[in-house]
Amino acid sequence: MRELKILGVVIFFTALVYIGVEPFAHSQMHPKVAPADFMFKDLKTNNKIGNAAKGAENFMNAGCIGCHGLKSQGMPNPMDDATASASFGVISPDLSSAGLIYESNFLMALIKDPTKALKVEHKFNESKFHPMTKFYGLGGDIDQEIADIVAYLKSIAPKSLTNSEVFEDACQRCHDMKYANQFSKSDFTLLTKYMGSTAPDLSMMIRSKGKGYLETFINDPQKQLEGTGMPRVGLTKDAQAQVIAFIETTGDRKKAERESLGPKVIGFMFIFTILAYLWKIKIWRELD
Amino acid sequence: MAEITKANGIGDWFDQRLATKKLAKVMMTEYWIPKNINFLWAMGVVLVVLFKILIVTGIFLLMYYKPDVNSAFDSVNYTIMQEVEYGWLWRHMHGVAASMVFLVIYIHMFAGIYYGSYKKGREMIWLTGMAIFGLFSAEAFSGYMLPWGQMSYWAAQVITNLFGGIPLIGDGLVIWIRGDYTVADATLTRFFMLHVFLLPLAIILLIAVHFYSLRVPHVNNQDGEDLDFDKESKKYLDGKKKESKVVPFWPIFLAKDFFVVGIAMIVFFYLTFYHFNFAMDPINFEPANAMKTPAHIYPEWYFLWSYEVLRGFFFDIAGISAMDIGLAAFGFANVAFMLIPFLDRDPSVKPAHKRPYFKIWFWILLIDMVVLTVYGKLPPLGINTYIGFVAALTFLVLFAALPFITKKDAGGAK
Repeated sequence: MRELKILGVVIFFTALVYIGVEPFAHSQMHPKVAPADFMFKDLKTNNKIGNAAKGAENFMNAGCIGCHGLKSQGMPNPMDDATASASFGVISPDLSSAGLIYESNFLMALIKDPTKALKVEHKFNESKFHPMTKFYGLGGDIDQEIADIVAYLKSIAPKSLTNSEVFEDACQRCHDMKYANQFSKSDFTLLTKYMGSTAPDLSMMIRSKGKGYLETFINDPQKQLEGTGMPRVGLTKDAQAQVIAFIETTGDRKKAERESLGPKVIGFMFIFTILAYLWKIKIWRELD
Repeated sequence: MAEITKANGIGDWFDQRLATKKLAKVMMTEYWIPKNINFLWAMGVVLVVLFKILIVTGIFLLMYYKPDVNSAFDSVNYTIMQEVEYGWLWRHMHGVAASMVFLVIYIHMFAGIYYGSYKKGREMIWLTGMAIFGLFSAEAFSGYMLPWGQMSYWAAQVITNLFGGIPLIGDGLVIWIRGDYTVADATLTRFFMLHVFLLPLAIILLIAVHFYSLRVPHVNNQDGEDLDFDKESKKYLDGKKKESKVVPFWPIFLAKDFFVVGIAMIVFFYLTFYHFNFAMDPINFEPANAMKTPAHIYPEWYFLWSYEVLRGFFFDIAGISAMDIGLAAFGFANVAFMLIPFLDRDPSVKPAHKRPYFKIWFWILLIDMVVLTVYGKLPPLGINTYIGFVAALTFLVLFAALPFITKKDAGGAK
């Protein structure tokens, strides 16, 4: 039948253009990167079994509390936000939830060599120090001491957090989430100077970047955006999923409504089309 | 003055004052369309439906949109997309319909080229149609700016800058169009005015002229057959419906169109709900930032072919800069289709498959447009630049060759 042949031609050229400008062009512009690695295999593993009680002592003796707070243990950040911002460029993190949201091996590597774990060696060096100094040990087995500290952080961490809380602890020191009414407490100008560029508001990231990109990007920003000032934060798989879920509910709040309304509207058009077809058949019967 | 009598019903009351029965005949029941057509003849009605969707959804969006560089992005992405009941639906429908309008325009246009529906008295239909295409392009471009995202800003930057290439007045013209030295608040508010007022008004008027221009030469048919509409319509009215080669616009022609519109709407709503990124570019969900150029700047898919003609000439020739050659080619590309009725020197109206040389020309043109579109989006690196150049050159050569090709067809038909 001629009409079907014509339809075939129309569909063929439409599909050709679509494939060319969408999947094909995007694959050229954004080459595939390796999937997210939640084991952080590039970092050395520390197999020591930590002792939480010892870790609590180490935490005090190592001077962690000079910058970090543990609000859940009654220790607020030693500096107020303005002072921390002025000293470091960014407020220093409270570690109450660190044992839950950050991967243990990552935390251990971070304590030992922050810039390496964070993947910000391109920004910080001998002449420009990262605000967090390396932990040089308390005189004993350094790996054991670190394992103890991490065991301590895990022991005091909450069992679970809401998506918004994970975001607050993991991302909000730098990023705003305007549409969820959550804002960074760091001073914007100082933060921008510290980071080298503006940390963007993340309200619409789910639409501008999409889930797939965020999954590899948050896990290791350098993979998608080489040279970016954003550090690798070392979130566990679950914590990262919670962050992405939060980004999605903030930027695409009506997704569920959209996906449930779709079939109804399309179904309506289906019925319309069938009726229109029957009417057409009826009307054209006396002509052909 | 007509004699007004006591009306025997509401229809009669209106008929005595507005001649509604006569009007219905002229516009609907005795507006004759050839019977020998296929679904490509329904694209006009599909376009009308899509345009209506754009107007209705546009009115809803207009109630909450704020044309101001500081609030535009949030008014679209927060107020409309999240706060307003079904605001997201109106925006998605508006964005997807805008993209789909162009797909259907291209189908409509290439059907016109294929069946030779632009000549022998149908030149005005073609010219008004191409003018509508031009206005729709301006409408799409101005609308794309309104959410004030990264692509809005940078597309505005790049496109307004093109006018700078016009000799003598270029630099002044760019400032005049922008209303500022750079793309800024003044640019946004004036493109807002164009998008919601001046351009839609012009489009509506031009659509009316487009429809009117169909009335005298009549709609073409699948075989380009020259019909005697008076004779054929008389047959139809006399009851010889099977024998007659024409059908009335209502209800016969529209019955078929409604079915085609139904299919188009299924596709449209599928895209609206589940597959909208092609029409609403992700990069535009980042707020405009004059300090941060996106890694890849490209126009919406329907502008890619002419964009590639612009980009295709990437080297200087005989002392003329690549930019100027590209601009000249781009300028020509935008009027090339308007010239078709005058470049075609074969007087007979026939579908392309009955015109041996034109047939080849048609399919090469279509493939070249696809190549230009795809390479208009790919990053201009390595082999891509050469393919783009060849495709752009082919486009120009095709139009230059059209008079000779059609002349040859006309000669062979003797």
